[in-house]
Amino acid sequence: MTAPRPGSVGFAAVVALIVAVSVGPLLYAVMTSLEGGGGLFTPGLWPDEAALANYAAVFRDQPFARNIANSIAVAGAVVAVSLALAVTAAFALARVSFRGRGLLLGTVLSVSMFPQVAVLSGMFLLIRSLGLYNSLAGLGLSYLMLTLPFTVWMLTTFLRQIPKELEEAALMDGCGPLTVIGRVFLPLLWPALVSTGLLAFIVAWNEFLFALTFTLTAETRTVPVAIALISGASQHELPWGRIMAASVIVTVPMIVLVLAFQRWIVSGLTAGAVKG
Amino acid sequence: MAGAGRAPLHARRVREAWALIAPMALVLLCVAAWPLGRTIWLGFTDASLAGAGAGADFVGWENYYAVFGGQAFGVLVDPQWWRSVGNTLVFAGVSVSLETVLGVMVALVLHRRFPGRAWVRASVLVPWAIPTVVSAKMWAWMLNDQFGVVNAVLLDLGLIAQPLAWTADPVLSMVSVILVDVWKTTPFMALLVLAALEMLPRDIYEAARVDGIHPVRVFVRVTLPLIRPALVVAVVFRTLDALRVFDLVYVLTANSPATMTMSVYARRELIDFQSAGTGSAAATLVVLVIALVAVMVLTAGRARMAEARP
Repeated sequence: MTAPRPGSVGFAAVVALIVAVSVGPLLYAVMTSLEGGGGLFTPGLWPDEAALANYAAVFRDQPFARNIANSIAVAGAVVAVSLALAVTAAFALARVSFRGRGLLLGTVLSVSMFPQVAVLSGMFLLIRSLGLYNSLAGLGLSYLMLTLPFTVWMLTTFLRQIPKELEEAALMDGCGPLTVIGRVFLPLLWPALVSTGLLAFIVAWNEFLFALTFTLTAETRTVPVAIALISGASQHELPWGRIMAASVIVTVPMIVLVLAFQRWIVSGLTAGAVKG
Repeated sequence: MAGAGRAPLHARRVREAWALIAPMALVLLCVAAWPLGRTIWLGFTDASLAGAGAGADFVGWENYYAVFGGQAFGVLVDPQWWRSVGNTLVFAGVSVSLETVLGVMVALVLHRRFPGRAWVRASVLVPWAIPTVVSAKMWAWMLNDQFGVVNAVLLDLGLIAQPLAWTADPVLSMVSVILVDVWKTTPFMALLVLAALEMLPRDIYEAARVDGIHPVRVFVRVTLPLIRPALVVAVVFRTLDALRVFDLVYVLTANSPATMTMSVYARRELIDFQSAGTGSAAATLVVLVIALVAVMVLTAGRARMAEARP
């Protein structure tokens, strides 16, 4: 393959293909969600009749508004707890050199490589013994295993880049570590907190296996489980219009969020992966 | 090196450091180490999750391998387990390879300067921003055998004579799962490679261009070696991620034996069959397989991931 120059027809075609493949499926889902019952089963590219009937049906047939609220509550709480725990730990891991630090960081990183299924039965028993089965609190607790390792890792990476002189001055003035974190680091760290928090939010918002296993009733389900379990009269009559409507409802906010913060997310991902 | 007068200060800072780390470490012990230990233990018992793990008896290796009346039982002699291992390795190997090649290509395109570049870059992020369950459902609809747009387009173009059962046919369903995964995760790869490309010095390329060296040669001789460390890390991350795949396979093809991965197998034993013993044994094996592959990949790529230098 020779590399076509920008401006040439070949280059434009490659760019167009990339955009079409990336965005096409989502646009098709939007079109399906706008189609009425009859138009759905004639395969084609354009909706026969634009209708919001599917969107209304999603909220009518199941507690979808409740599912969205559940997802927001769990993801929000997980982000807050993860960041609070991670920022103090990351401060110690990044700024103080002590024996066992590398091992500790390595262990934390290896937890983020855990297959979720490996803790499934143990986590199930933990959640049940705490009386948190089929509750949002139990789900949030289990999500800490997914979000905490990489928030610690990313914030540690960010904190290492802040010059040492800053905190040394504060420490010499007799400030305690929590004061140093609050007064010196948090103001510098908030872009990192936003991108780390956003990635943690996305992980919690998208999580499926724990949510499927640790909840039982429609009222405690989060959005991914609710969408996966939308069913019709039989296996072969899935209400695709409604499934696509639900999909569009939960996807559009994520896309807006990701695009609005895209530079920070990319810098967060690369800090977590490339420099790691 | 700290002077003698600063040693007590350093000791105090180390104590403070451990105090700051303690809450995070405690939570991770509770939600990661303890459940993992419990899973490994349950794999040696005849527990059922319905009994909340109480009254479970130690059964040794029976969940892994046991012979009763001349017949072998256990995960290790279950053909579906080995098929799941094979499926997972095929899935991870093929999809990570495709993602890497496509990711590098997309990154090279996005690295050029052209009008509308920011928009193209944003659109590439779209598949990554879509929740996995949603992308599985979207593709399940597009790949629907009767009403799906993929079959409709292929039929119109005359490329196929009759509709294909994308998510039901044993071979095609694996193709579909890989296709959707590649679609969803190529952006991640492209972004990491792009970040690496943007850190490369531009004057090398100026020199190569002035000398009239062919772009492909420049890529193979200059670019590829320079982005190799970033690429290795991205491949390791993606491989470990692909080996534990669950959502996509479960939503797209349910418990179909043809695409069942190790995670889907372990969950089926655990939840659908209510067998905490064999399910936990399978889950333990998943960890072992992933650890084994991780060691192999890390040795091959000589990535220094866990090395923590300030």
